[in-house]
Amino acid sequence: MDAYVARSMTWLSLAILAVFAAAVTVDPAFAVHAAIFAAAGFLAAFLSMRSAGDAPAAPKPGEYDDDVIRWGTIATVFWGVVGFLVGLYIALQLAFPALNLGLEYSSFGRLRPLHTSAVIFAFGGNALIATSFYVVQRTCRARLAFPGIARFVFWGYQLFIVLAATGYVLGVTEGKEYAEPEWYVDIWLTVVWVAYLAVFVGTLVKRHEPHIYVANWFYLAFIVTVAMLHLVNNLSMPVTIFGTKSYSAFAGVQDALTQWWYGHNAVGFFLTAGFLGMMYYFVPKQAERPVYSYRLSIVHFWSLIFLYIWAGPHHLHYTALPDWAQTLGMVFSVMLWMPSWGGMINGLMTLSGAWDKIRTDPIIRMQVLALAFYGMSTFEGPLMSIKSVNSLSHYTDWTIGHVHSGALGWVGMISFAAVYFMTPKLWKRERLYSLRMINWHFWCATAGIVLYASAMWVAGIMQGLMWREYGQDGYLVYSFAEVVAAMHPYYLIRAAGGLLYLLGSLFMVWNIWMTIKGKVREEAPMHDATYNPAADKPLVPAAA
Amino acid sequence: MSDEETKAIDPATGSEIKNHEWDGIRELNTPLPRWWLWTFYACIVFAIGYCVVYPAIPLVENATAGTFGWTSRGALDKEMAAAEAGRAATNKALAETPIEAIDPNSPLMRAAVEGGRAAFKVNCVQCHGSGAAGSPGYPNLNDDDWLWGGDIKTVYQTIRHGIRQPGDDLTRVSQMPAFGRDQLLTPVQIDDVVSYVRYLSKQEKPSQSAARGKALFAANCAACHGNDAKGGRQFGAPNLTDPIWLYGGSRDALTQTVTNARAGVMPSWEGRLDPVTVKMLAAYVHQLGGGE
Repeated sequence: MDAYVARSMTWLSLAILAVFAAAVTVDPAFAVHAAIFAAAGFLAAFLSMRSAGDAPAAPKPGEYDDDVIRWGTIATVFWGVVGFLVGLYIALQLAFPALNLGLEYSSFGRLRPLHTSAVIFAFGGNALIATSFYVVQRTCRARLAFPGIARFVFWGYQLFIVLAATGYVLGVTEGKEYAEPEWYVDIWLTVVWVAYLAVFVGTLVKRHEPHIYVANWFYLAFIVTVAMLHLVNNLSMPVTIFGTKSYSAFAGVQDALTQWWYGHNAVGFFLTAGFLGMMYYFVPKQAERPVYSYRLSIVHFWSLIFLYIWAGPHHLHYTALPDWAQTLGMVFSVMLWMPSWGGMINGLMTLSGAWDKIRTDPIIRMQVLALAFYGMSTFEGPLMSIKSVNSLSHYTDWTIGHVHSGALGWVGMISFAAVYFMTPKLWKRERLYSLRMINWHFWCATAGIVLYASAMWVAGIMQGLMWREYGQDGYLVYSFAEVVAAMHPYYLIRAAGGLLYLLGSLFMVWNIWMTIKGKVREEAPMHDATYNPAADKPLVPAAA
Repeated sequence: MSDEETKAIDPATGSEIKNHEWDGIRELNTPLPRWWLWTFYACIVFAIGYCVVYPAIPLVENATAGTFGWTSRGALDKEMAAAEAGRAATNKALAETPIEAIDPNSPLMRAAVEGGRAAFKVNCVQCHGSGAAGSPGYPNLNDDDWLWGGDIKTVYQTIRHGIRQPGDDLTRVSQMPAFGRDQLLTPVQIDDVVSYVRYLSKQEKPSQSAARGKALFAANCAACHGNDAKGGRQFGAPNLTDPIWLYGGSRDALTQTVTNARAGVMPSWEGRLDPVTVKMLAAYVHQLGGGE
């Protein structure tokens, strides 16, 4: 009882502080954020107080603590659709600039970080938090440690997303790619992230298995490294504690290097290590096959973790960054190729003895496609880090194509598969509403990725070649605007790809919604190519 | 009991199954794929070799230089020097030859036009458009309708010193009076002048308003635009009888122009760009179609 009162009072005081901050600030965006924080604080205080009399809602005996995972699954699907929609909108803005509506709130510069953060941190982050809690409990045979803190992690993370997203639209930004939120949102995320680490490690400590499963190594590496990256890259000094603006602790090329050390490892530890953790649980579970190689998982885990952290300078080739740092960024990226592929091999080869499931099981199909795109983009990454390739690809849409083959292909598909796997189990349904809808989702998304990635590859290489084309007198042939005009058809194809990907995700929304409602769609089974000896034409007998 | 006896084998792959399990997940103990391991080693060897030949290892004051002695600044300097050397003879000849003395059919003129084309794409397209077709307020450079003159020497002068560029004594200057704002004409009179101008440019049929405008034009406008309204280059006054309009020929646009006047500005490029590039720009603009 006292604990609930104390918790409630803490929230209430934080909310009152936020109201005070909203009242004294002269920065309208800060006032909006303080008001959002205050509303969240009052709500948390109210809910803590209301549940004060009740006994803690413990999960039933023999069940895992899955509330947070259910919320996280819904949040993953919701933020995914939001992120894809914003992505499609800004893709159309590139083709038709009038779509920015002439407002600062809907301009490309503000919506672009909204898109990237919505898909990486809101969609991807919720998928990682939900699946990590799902996987760590089951592979440790232990309930979540600190269940109250686990709930705080979920809601605190949603508050972070709302503060970040509203900040972008209002023009609040640190100007650091993938780390745009300002200092106070960074502090809030730090609190949430440390709580996340506590729940995850606490559950590992409580485990009833002698060893820690490989998926959890990857999840733990993701949580720890992201904490470190976030703290260092966001070191900054606010102009006032009652305002949004802050200045980075680093300047010039040091700031750029810190940013890309962060930015590259956001890809490495958020989008690679975290989702490899997801892969290592859901692929063997869905395939019902043992993991291909325990040894490979050890070697590729440690080599990946060690090498990834040094590769960031390849984002700063041919800049003010000293040549030696560029060299190291490149060679560490090249060495990273095989450690990255270790995860692909271990995932794909886990299907040895179950390859027929690609034909019959649409979830396996998604996972295989995810691994194929993972392999493709982790080959393309080292390739693009080679300086002579980078001199063509840098600043072009090839980079955009590269990140999207990774993001749409790998991160998206492996997360969709995990959502499809978990949903019937989390809501105790016999099966999903529809397997055929997963197949529709699969084909829409696949066609979308192919259109997107191929359009951006062609456009990016064309753009790079046009920028550097010299005539016989040694003068540049094209003006910047002529290159922009040449991109238009590819922007249209890219937007069509994004539309297909969004359409596929809407099938998922419907499918998950109906599954949660307990409906089952009447449909023919997926594998209908059964053998019928009577219908098969007999072999023509050889002429006597 | 030896390991051999306890080893469980996965029938589908023939690999050993490790003796641990998590939530039903088992692991095979398949050896590392050979091709994977050797490719990994090859990448490491490549990395070490690359670090030997290129700048790589940070030391206290600087970094190892690498056996190739390559630096990105050095590579850029070399490329730039080679490009400069390739153009040196042309640039020298261009610097020494007065613009009007360059033979239009000579290789020197062709080289000047190519250089001007490149410079135009960087410095001029923002206002005049990448096809030099202009936009409202910025003249089309492809036609033969010149405000200040279209022979190559005049074009060169315009580019060098700009139009209404503050601080440049040789810039082209003129100022049309703001007939409405400064109350030189009444709104009704402006309406009549506009009718007359639109009649001259064959956009309107003769009218009483245009007839009244004719007298007003003779008194107020002809000094610069000429009695025949065909413009005057010494003032940069446009020809009002053709269908080409810098700020638009509609009734609204013309009323705006007469009421508030217009005074477009072009920067003077001398000092911003090197003299040869300015000359090249003049050569390029002159050959676009309307050069005199």
